[in-house]
Amino acid sequence: MKLAVQVNEGPYQHQASDSAYMFTKAALEKGHEVFRVFFYHDGVNNGTRMTTPPQDDRHVVNRWVELAEKYDLDLVICVAAAQRRGIVDEGEAQRNGKDGTNIADKFRISGLGQLIEAAIQADRLVVFGD
Amino acid sequence: MSDIKKFMYLNRTAPYGTIYAWESLEVVLIAAAFDQEVSLMFVDDGVYQLVKGSKPADIGMKNFTPTYRTLGDYGVRHMYVDQASLEARGLTQDDLIEVAWEDWETEEEVDNIVEPIDAAKVIELLDESDVVFS
Amino acid sequence: MSDLYTVNKSPFTKSSLDTALKFSKAGSSILLYEDGIYAVVKGSAAEEKIKAAMGDKKVYALGPDCAARGIAEDRVIDGVELIDYAGFVDLVEATDKVQAWL
Repeated sequence: MKLAVQVNEGPYQHQASDSAYMFTKAALEKGHEVFRVFFYHDGVNNGTRMTTPPQDDRHVVNRWVELAEKYDLDLVICVAAAQRRGIVDEGEAQRNGKDGTNIADKFRISGLGQLIEAAIQADRLVVFGD
Repeated sequence: MSDIKKFMYLNRTAPYGTIYAWESLEVVLIAAAFDQEVSLMFVDDGVYQLVKGSKPADIGMKNFTPTYRTLGDYGVRHMYVDQASLEARGLTQDDLIEVAWEDWETEEEVDNIVEPIDAAKVIELLDESDVVFS
Repeated sequence: MSDLYTVNKSPFTKSSLDTALKFSKAGSSILLYEDGIYAVVKGSAAEEKIKAAMGDKKVYALGPDCAARGIAEDRVIDGVELIDYAGFVDLVEATDKVQAWL
């Protein structure tokens, strides 16, 4: 089964990112293909490398990064939603005159077309949100 | 050549109180470039998104209701509204905007693609879709 | 084949469960997860609607979310099937598509 996953909420505030991660991990472990994980609305906040959660709790951002490293997962952050919320990569920093970047490794910023493409290419779209 | 999928955008949130309504609309606009069969479904508080006369200037927000009126130009042929959700909120179709649609090739025109439907039709349309966006 | 309707918010906070049940077709599957699992607790105000739903639909709840919230298996309405994340994946595969009633 080829899956597309959408995450609509940021880390910690809602369980959405956790549920999406657990689901995606289970799917990958079963040998399914996850075509893309698309982060929209506040979900783009999963892509900041600047979080410092308490050491005795899960590291939501790093978990996604590690999963992406292990399975070559495509983690995409919507550019429009990212601009609104301040998730910035090199390209965005230069284009929009920002003095730094904060995007986490393994995440990439791209357009909503990536969500549409994922919905077209995948057998199933699973949305996690509030 | 890939098959065309039936996309259904499920709208259940009111405008302005949260960003979901506006950012979901942005997905619909982008989807136009992908030639899929796109419909919108307004249920629960989502019906409020289509109420005419919105003036968000005094809450300091941009008015995005006019964007719904352009959806006919973005390949959207149907904007379904759950009748029961309207009634529960004291609304009728007269409270809602009208959205015109025209087929560029055949020049077929529809004055208003905003269509109140009953629960049975909602079930049927959701069932027939290939992908539901939330 | 039929769809999987997911509901992740508490039935006491949001109307998502009611709306999902209203618009779900006979023969479909309902999955309660995250705070949605509170709908499958025996003796709650949601019990009757879950039992009614089970008349023509299959109802599932995510076990890990029940356990997280201190809802032991014997407190779950009889007939609701508890599944884990692997089961969630299987359910997505076994149904035509997912409708997320957030």
